[in-house]
Order: sequence, then structure tokens, then C-alpha cells
Amino acid sequence: MDVSEGAGMWDGLGSRDIRSREMSMENISQEVLRRAEKIGPISKDVLQPLRSSVRSPDDLNWMLARLLMLSRRCPYADVRDKCLSVLQNVQDIGVQIPRTLGHGPSRFIPEKEILQVSKVNDKTQAIFEDTFAALGRLDNISLVMGFHPQYLESFLRTQHYLLQMDGPLSLHCRHYIGIMAAARHQCSYLVNLHVNDFLQVGGDSKWLNGLEGAPQKLQHLGELNKILAHRPWLVTKAHIKQLLKAEEHSWSLAELIHAVVLLTHYHSLASFTFGCGISPEIHCDGGHIFQPPSVSNYCACDIANGNGTPDEIQGKHALTDAPCEVEALMEKMKLLQECQEEMATRFEREKTESMLVAAAEEEDSVPTRDVSRHFEDTSYGYKDFSRRGEHVPTFRAQDYSWEDHGYSLVNRLYPDVGQLLDEKFQITYNLTYNTMAMHQDVDTSMLRRAIWNYIHCMFGIRYDDYDYGEINQLLDRSFKVYIKTVVCSPEKITKRMYDSFWREFKHSEKVHVNLLLMEARMQAELLYALRAITGYMT
Amino acid sequence: MVKLLLAHQKAKAVGPQDSEDQATRGHSYQCSLQQKMEKMARVTTALGSNTISGCTMFCHLDAPANAISVCRDAAQVVVAGRNIFKIYALEEEQFVEKLNLRVGRKPSLNFSCADVMWHQMDENLLATAATNGAVVTWNLGKPSRNKQDQLFTEHKRTVNKVCFHPTEVYMLLSGSQDGYMKCFDLRKKGSASTFSGQSESVRDVQFSIRDYFTFAASFENGNVQLWDIRRPDRYERMFTAHNGPVFCCDWHPEDRGWLATGGRDKMVKVWDITTNRAKEIHCVQTIASVARVKWRPERKYHLATCSMMVDHNIYVWDVRRPFIPFATFEEHKDVTTGIVWRHLHDPGFLLSGSKDSTLYQHKFKDASRPVDKANPEGLCFGLFGDLAFAAKESLISGGGDSNRKPYGGGGDRRYPIFFFKKPDLTEQFAHVSSALSVFETDLESSRMDWFVKTARRYLLSGKPFGELCDHNAKVAKELNRPQVATTWTMLRIMYSDPGSLTTATGISKGGSIPLMNSFNMKEIAAGGLGSEGRLDRAKGETRQDSTHLDPGNSLLNNNDENEETEGSEGPADYLFGDAELEDDDLYPMENENATAEEAEYILPQEAFPLRHEIMDNPSVPEHLQDKVDSPHVSGNEAETVCLTPIKSFSLISISQPLYESHLPASFFSPVVREMLQHYAEAGDVQMAVSVLIVLGDRIRKEVDEVTQEHWYTSYIDLLQRFKLWNVSNEVIKLSTSSAINCLNQTSTTLHINCSNCKRPMSNKGWICDRCHQCASICAVCHHVVKGLFVWCQGCSHGGHLEHIMNWLKSSSHCPAGCGHLCEYT
Repeated sequence: MDVSEGAGMWDGLGSRDIRSREMSMENISQEVLRRAEKIGPISKDVLQPLRSSVRSPDDLNWMLARLLMLSRRCPYADVRDKCLSVLQNVQDIGVQIPRTLGHGPSRFIPEKEILQVSKVNDKTQAIFEDTFAALGRLDNISLVMGFHPQYLESFLRTQHYLLQMDGPLSLHCRHYIGIMAAARHQCSYLVNLHVNDFLQVGGDSKWLNGLEGAPQKLQHLGELNKILAHRPWLVTKAHIKQLLKAEEHSWSLAELIHAVVLLTHYHSLASFTFGCGISPEIHCDGGHIFQPPSVSNYCACDIANGNGTPDEIQGKHALTDAPCEVEALMEKMKLLQECQEEMATRFEREKTESMLVAAAEEEDSVPTRDVSRHFEDTSYGYKDFSRRGEHVPTFRAQDYSWEDHGYSLVNRLYPDVGQLLDEKFQITYNLTYNTMAMHQDVDTSMLRRAIWNYIHCMFGIRYDDYDYGEINQLLDRSFKVYIKTVVCSPEKITKRMYDSFWREFKHSEKVHVNLLLMEARMQAELLYALRAITGYMT
Repeated sequence: MVKLLLAHQKAKAVGPQDSEDQATRGHSYQCSLQQKMEKMARVTTALGSNTISGCTMFCHLDAPANAISVCRDAAQVVVAGRNIFKIYALEEEQFVEKLNLRVGRKPSLNFSCADVMWHQMDENLLATAATNGAVVTWNLGKPSRNKQDQLFTEHKRTVNKVCFHPTEVYMLLSGSQDGYMKCFDLRKKGSASTFSGQSESVRDVQFSIRDYFTFAASFENGNVQLWDIRRPDRYERMFTAHNGPVFCCDWHPEDRGWLATGGRDKMVKVWDITTNRAKEIHCVQTIASVARVKWRPERKYHLATCSMMVDHNIYVWDVRRPFIPFATFEEHKDVTTGIVWRHLHDPGFLLSGSKDSTLYQHKFKDASRPVDKANPEGLCFGLFGDLAFAAKESLISGGGDSNRKPYGGGGDRRYPIFFFKKPDLTEQFAHVSSALSVFETDLESSRMDWFVKTARRYLLSGKPFGELCDHNAKVAKELNRPQVATTWTMLRIMYSDPGSLTTATGISKGGSIPLMNSFNMKEIAAGGLGSEGRLDRAKGETRQDSTHLDPGNSLLNNNDENEETEGSEGPADYLFGDAELEDDDLYPMENENATAEEAEYILPQEAFPLRHEIMDNPSVPEHLQDKVDSPHVSGNEAETVCLTPIKSFSLISISQPLYESHLPASFFSPVVREMLQHYAEAGDVQMAVSVLIVLGDRIRKEVDEVTQEHWYTSYIDLLQRFKLWNVSNEVIKLSTSSAINCLNQTSTTLHINCSNCKRPMSNKGWICDRCHQCASICAVCHHVVKGLFVWCQGCSHGGHLEHIMNWLKSSSHCPAGCGHLCEYT
């Protein structure tokens, strides 16, 4: 299952020097052709697809899949071209070559649009090259985030620090926590990605059989994972105490902070993955297929998410009333800027109203078996904040804010991460191009703040100085449905939902929205977890 | 080198000496206004001259406090928070609730306060900053229950700070999260002017106490701006004060140019802004983000701080001595949110409110002084064994040289270097003085070369006992460790039965025995063995003397004389002096001459015919008579005639019968055991274990299992640290303790992957059962490798050791052609 185990010969491709890239490309092509010739045209029959299930870096199919991935995703044009020609040669020999499944990095966004980004934007290209050199791959998440290079840079830096740099947790534990967190939302994309990484850094494959297979210590984290993912406001001092109490399988404070940051990072990243419809990596399971196109056209993930065929038509059916939608929104923003109403009771109204927004179709889709084994208690999900009967006090943002309190706590126990997260939150919150759909020079701060606060509102975090009436004015119902689904139960997102909000906005703007959703959610979860830890410490 | 700054300071009270300062600093800036302000200040002094008294006391609030403020006459304090807004009177021994300003059944958010300020001119006027962005003023003179006076809702976000002008009654300033500062004229309904901080959130605003028109604002991005109240279009000056948000700032009450700021980066900085560029003149590093900072009245260099997270204490710092708080108040159980000095001109009382819902009055006399508990000395080792020592200057100078000598002279290998840290100006000013001494280690001498070499060259098995001893003695000697060398020789002598000894020495060229013996005594004496040591001494003596007496060998005599100067002097000293000579006296001398002497030693050794021993030992009985006489002889030769002969006689009379009966080896066991223990405790566990192994059964029973095991494990651990894997393995193998032996049996499995299919190999040998190919094929000769197989861990290609070695001489790439740059370690 390993992506690059022992595959030293692929490393040279990440080099910035065109010579060494050429050299290792030469090596690879020789090796591939040698193997292809060995097999020859005989193996055109049944043997091939069977072999594809056994994966190892020396397996020809594995190599071909990787070549295919490189031919599409490598940031260097020379490598892309060369890979294509190697694949062509292999096909000429008579060996079946794989082809991509799905629709580019995202199922929601046309591939063309995404890949165009790096061609236009030098900064994006530079970041892609860096990532490719560091990881030997360029994952689909990064490609989609490439719309916003400023953010992508910060995101990758943070993620790299969390996973690779100094920290209290061991490397494989970090990936395993990532798996746990992503599995909570049945995000098979992230789970697969990290299962590979987990094995690569020497993780025990027994752990992957389920949480029971993992050490006690990580099992204890399951409860926190569950609560944080779905109802973070229920995290209390007692949970923290339970994890930290001195015994054999206890956590240290520093480890716990690291784990909490990882959990929240991957919960929110799962939101992004579903929200943008990230498709499986080309070289991973479900990313490519060896059968000829005519045989079948299915993708495991599509089935799991209940949208087998892309319906392009659907998105266009209502384009007629599009322009006025944007204008109406801008009109509202202008109006709101002019008149300030009292806002004391709006939060309560918004809170109750957010409950009325049903998060997508309520029918419980059965999670795919493969992913569900990484978490327990599958029935536990988001429940609306402040239902009748439960009295959870509102979280006042002024009493425990990220800037004043959260940052200090994180930075104290896990140096530098507080700084990285702080930068990431700030970049996200302040990111703007002053455009809205086709309009230029628009101050979008009000809209961004509305989205951010709406998400925090769903988690019961209240800003005293915000008029929650703005949310109702600015966010229409289909957008609210989308936000709520992405944030609370991302696995239920469909392409229809993605298409139906803000129909005339650009894809890059929708990705921007997703970044806001992701970071706001992460901050909300973090705030609850950190508040509980602070409570424990005092 | 470790630099250890240990500040000690005579906590000299800094009196109000700043009036001169002010005169010298006097600026012609707005002269008339300044005069006016100073007059005002004096007026307040006069007002507050009634003495303040009280004690450390507290009261419970109903809810966490966010901020507190005192009334001008220091008799009342207002506490504000999300759910509390009350006025307390400060009485002699308690707080008394005077007024609850939070009225109404369901108080609006306007009552939820982030900050509160009591006007310093008008006792009835209060202002609060509400979390919803409102600025509210309260008039205590109002007859109704609700004292709310005016409401300004001009800010869009939470207001973080409100501040009244110190002398102007109607001027109120506010700073908000929305990035704006607004100046309100209380006579009007609305703001007089708005100052924009360029969309950065304002965390604190403070009017200058001395300059009428100036105020400072601190921002979330780390900047501090200075504004002129008359010019709302643009700030007068801006500088970056902190990394991250600046949570608070405070003007110095007396020095016009000083501004203190505190930030999330855990620092308090004092800025001098009279110069063209704001200059940082003091910096205090705290342990948590700084939430509030307040200058202490009447003490020019003191300020109080509290933190926003984690740390609940209030600290009072002397900015000239930033490493240790001057005083600490440790009463609160949760973070302190507001601090204020009770009176403008009284440094003795501090009030504080906290998240733990208490309000405290701290009496300065009751504060704890961390300096008293601080260690006045510090000691630290550097990476390369250098030692740094810092201490109060008084401690060091008091002790003088005699005090320091032990540090320098303690290790004979260390060469002390003294230097005094050049006193920093600010330190000097604050009467902080400490001295730092660094003792540098001579790199050469601290190396463990001898350990590695000894470990490598010692023979522990595989040869007859005597030979092993001799070999090891020689090794030790060559490494310039005479004591160890002599010990080995002695061991040989003690445990070899005479017959085998002869042959043994006959084979090896260990003719150095007499020489060794001459050392023997020194070593034993130095080693400090107990009474038993004497026996050996005596024995050594007799033996040596017997050589002198030996008439049969002229060759020997020549050589013997050569060393007699050494040999006879040694024993004479030690034996008759009958004192334990300290190492220091003995060894330095030896060390100095070591190189010179070595040459002398070696030559006679080589030339020394072994027959001497051969003749000597078998004929022991016959020589007995001579030996009785030997003291006389030696007495003649050495100049020690005068020494008490009785003593030497007694010694010999003891040794004589023992020697005669061919001392059983077991007789020496207690001595050897003690010797081993001595070595182990002196840190030379190598010697202990080596002897243990070489002696084997001869000694094993004498030392209890646990100790043995302990020695073994420490020695093995040492060996492994020096990467002497082979030696450590040999030691493990040779050990007789089962617990040690089994170390070799653990983790002996080597997991390998097939180089073809990269899957783990089952234990079927050379064939991978998955891809049915020979897995271990040499990449160079393409034959199956049996025997030594080396491979690259990066690409798992490899082959015969010699083939790969040859290959790597010519190319650094993998011979299999995979393109990997192979690395072998």
C-alpha cells in the first residue's frame, strides 16, 4: 500500500535542477520499459487487473499509476511531457496503461480551471514546486487551494510543522490521529492519504484494523475526538482531566495540545475535502483504472456520497436570475453599513434559526466499511446547539478569544504552533481580493465576518459586538444549508448543493468560502478544547 | 560557555529623586500647559495627603471581574465585569459594598463591561467600555437607581478601553476592536473626533499624564501610536513595540518621556519617546503574556504587571533588574484582570480584581520577595566540560583566592581562567553585581581516548592467565596508566602458582617485574588499600631486595642499578614513612616525567633477561635466609638507615612465613575484591570488569552477583556509548552472569525485504517465496550471496562486501543501476 517505499529513483524528480530531473526521468523510463518488455503484449488478458491489487513500488502497475499521476500533476512541464511519452511507449509495447478516473482534483470544479492557476500565477507555481520537492507529490487539496496561494503557503507550513517537525508526539501517532479525525467524518480521501503516510513512517499496520488495535492511550482520545468533531461545546474540564490523570496510558499536556491541534485540523480539513469535492489521488485506490473506458465507470467515493454521475445541466438551469442575486446581496451589504440596529437579542434568534436549517438530506447513509472501522459510535453526530432540555451556557468570545487566550496557551505548550495558527487564522479572516463575482472593488469584510460568525454561532460562540441580523440579510437559505452541511456533517455534501449556492460566483470564490468555513470551524473547536484545558490548569 | 547572570541587588529604595531629572529633561514644549498640569498634580497631592492605612484584605464578588478603578480620594473602588458592576468602599479591614450599578431585571449588554474608569477630577463620573461596542458614562450623583448617564454607540466592535483626560473634565477617549479611537466631549451627544488606526484593533489608549494633548494607543499588530488630540487625521509617531498584540501601555507618572508597554510576547518594555526615534530603555521578560502594566507611584523604576493566561500572580518589577521580580502577590486563584495602585502618591497599596471573583487589597509590606529565596550562586557545565560559576561579588571577594582555589585546583587537569564580567552600566546603577568565573577544560585531558584504546587492546581471554595479565599490564603502561599496569602485574603474581609463573614470564618478555615491583608500592599506597596493602608492600620489598641480592647475574645488576634510584627510593619512602601519601604528591611528579621516563623504562625491560625470575622463583626456599637480611641491605643502599628497623623487621616477619607456604591464591581474594570495588567506585569500571573476566573463577565467588551484574551493565553501557560493539559483545559473551549473557540473545532477528518485490522475506533462505527469485543477489557479480552481505538501506541493493567496497571506490551510484546514490555507514 505504500506510495514511495524504497522508491529512491523517484526522488530526483523533485529537484529544481532540470538536469537531475532529466537524469532520474531517464532512469525511470528505462526501468519501466525494461519491465514492460519483460511482460510484453502477452499480459493483455486477465492477469493485469488482478495484479493491480498487489501494490509495491516495483510493481509495474504501481509505476504506471505513478507515471500517470506525474503526467497530470507534476509542476514541471518537462516531467509531465516525458511521463506521457513513457506511458505512450508502454502502450505501444502492448501493455495496458491506466487512465484517470473522476474529474480532476475536484469533482465540483472543472479540472481545467484548477490547473490553469499554476500557469498564470508564479507564486502558486513556486509553492507547488516546493511541495512537490518535499513530498514527492502534489495532493489534490493543495491543487484546489492553489486558487489562494497566500493561504496555501501558510496552510502547508502549518501542516508540515504539525506532521514533520519537532513535537511531543511521534510521527506515526500524528498520522494516526489524523486518520482518527478524518474517519470521524468518513473522509476516505484523507484516511487513505494518511494510512499511506502512517505506514511509511513505520506505523504498525495492526492499528489500522480499528481503534481497538491501537494503544490504550490513543483509544482514550477517541471520546475527545468524537465530541470535538460533532458537539465541541460539550468538552469539559472533566474530559481533559480524564486524559491527563496520572496513570500508565495518560497524556502529557504538551502531547494533548498537539493532539487537539491535529484533531481540529483534520476535522476541518475533512470539511474542506467534502466541501470542495476533492477526488481521490490518481495513484491511490480509486484514482485510476486499468480497464478500458467502456467497461464501467464507477468510483467508490461517488457511490458513497450518492452522486454517481455529474449533472452539469443542473448548474445551468437557473442562470437567468443570476446577476440580480449578486446585486441584491451587494445592495443589502450597503444598506447594513448605513444603518446600525440594536442587536442584543439577535443572537438568540439566529441560534434558533440555524437549527431550522436542515443539514442536507437527513437519511443516514451507511459509512463505507473501510473507513468506519477507525472510529466508534457511528451514530454520534452534530446535534443543534441549545436544544430544549440541554442548557449549555453560551460561549462568549470576549471572555476566551483566540488572540488573547488560545494563542498564549498553545504557544506555551507547543512552541511556534500558536504563531503558525495565528497567522493562518489571520490570513483566512483577512483574505480578500475586493471582488464579488463580476464586480470589482467591493468591501467584502462584512460578508466574510457574517460567514465566520455564522459558523461560530452554530457552535454556540457568541460575539457581543455583532449584530446577528446581518447574517440573515446576507446569507440566503441555500448558502446556509451548504455552510451548515459542510461544517456539521460534511459527508452529506453533494455536487448539487455546491452548485446551488451563489450560482454566479467563481469557483475560486467558492473555494475561498470553503477556506473560511474550514478555519472558522477549526478555531471554534480549538477554542472549546483550549478553554477546557485552561479550566483544568487553573 | 554558559553565561549565568545572577543579579543581586541591594534593594535600595529609590526616592523621589526625579525632580532633578525633570529639570534637566525640561522641554520647552507647551510650557504654560505643563505648568498647569504640574500644578494640578500638586493639587492632587495635597488632596491625597491624608494618610492611607489598611491591611491585606479581600472580598468575594459575585462574578469574575474584568477591570477595576479607584476613586480619586482612594476611598472607593469600582469593579466591572460581564456580570458585575459594583462600587466598594475601602475601609480599614474590609471592603464594604456601597452600590450596585447593575440594575434592571434583564440588564442589557451595555452593562457588560470590558473596562471601567473612574474620573480623577469628578468623583461622580464613571465611564465603562461595553463588550457590545457601547461607551457608557455613569453619574453617581443621579437620584434614580439607574445611574447611566450617556450612551455612545459609535463603535462597531467591542470597546477595549476607555480613558478620561487627567485634567480635562469633559474629555473621554475610547479604543475599540474596530480599529478606531474616539474622543468624546461629554457635553455633546457624540464624538468630538475619531482617530483611525488603519483597521487594526486598538487594545489600549492612555492620555499622557504630563502632556496635555498627547495620548498613546497600542494595537493588536504590535504597534504603538502617539497621537495629538488636535490632529485626528494622522498619528504623530508610530513604532513597533512588540511581536504580536500590545495589550497595555502606561505613561510614567513623573517622567514625561517614559511609556511602558506589555504584550503577548511576554515582555514589558519601557520606551523613551523624547528622542527622535522611540528608544527601548528597559525590557522585562515575564513568564506569560502581559495583560496590564501600571507604574508604581513614588518609585521611579517600579511597575506592576499581571498576566492574561496561566499565571495568576501580580509582579512588581524594578525595571533596572529585569530578571527577577522585586515583589510578588500570590493571592489570586485565577488570572488577574485588573490592577490599580490605590492612591496616586502612595506606593504601599495595590488593588486587584480577578477572574476568580475576588477583589484584593495588597499591602506592599506583605508581598513576597523572590530575591530572598533566589540562589545567590549558579554553577553550570558547558558542552565541552567547561565550568561556569557565578556568584554575588561579595561572596567571592570575601572568600578571596583561598576560596577559589579548590575550584581551580580540584582537578589536576583543569586550568582555571578567571575573569570578571565587565559590569553592565544598568546593572551597576541598580547595584547589581555578580562575578562570573569560567573554568575551561583542557580538551585533551578530558578525552576518553584511554578508555577506548584500553577497551580495544585488552585481552580478556584466549591465552593463559599470566599472559593476559602481562599483556594488559603492558597496554595500560603504554597508555600511561602505571597504577593499572601495576595492578595487572600484581594480579599475575598473586594468582599464578610459582611454576606456571615461571613459564609464563618465560614466554612473554615481561622482564619488567622488578621494575613493576618498585612501582607496586607506590600504587598500592596511593590506592589506599588497607592493612592488607602492607603485606604486599612487604612482599614487594622482599622480592626486590632478593633481586639485589641475587649474585648470579651481572647483567642484571647493571640494569638494576639503573632503576634502583627509582625503586629503592620508592619503597623506602612509603614503607618507613608509613603514611598514606596523597596522590597529588606522587602522581604529578610521575606525570611530569612520564615521557622522559618511559624511554628509560622500556629499554631495560627489553634488555632484561628473564632468567632472573626463573632463577629467583624456583629457589624461593633457599633465598629465604637472604630475605631476612634484606632490610639491612636496602637500608644500606638507601639513605634511610635511620629509619626504625623494628618496623621493617616486623613487616618482613609477617611476610616471610606467608611467602614460604606458597600463599594460596584464595588468600588474596579479599584484597582483590577490595581493589575491584575501589576501581569501580573510582569510576574505572573497565578495570573492575576486565579483572573480573580475566580472573574468572578465581575471584567470582568473592563478589556478589548483583554487584557483578551492575559492573557488567555499566561497562557494557559505556562500551556501547563509544560504539565499541565488538568489545561489548565480547564482554557479554565472557560474562558468567546469566542476566548479562542473555543480552546477546535478544533482538537477534534481522528482518529483510526481498530486493525484487520489496516484501518481507520469510525465513526460507535466499529465495523469496513471493516472486520466486533469488533475493540476495550480488548487484556486482550477480551471484547469490552467502556469507557477508551488505546492502544499502535506501534502495535495498547490495552484494558481497568486497564487491561493493570495490564498486564504491569507482562510483557512488548503486551498482544495480537504480540511480540511487548509495550510502553505507
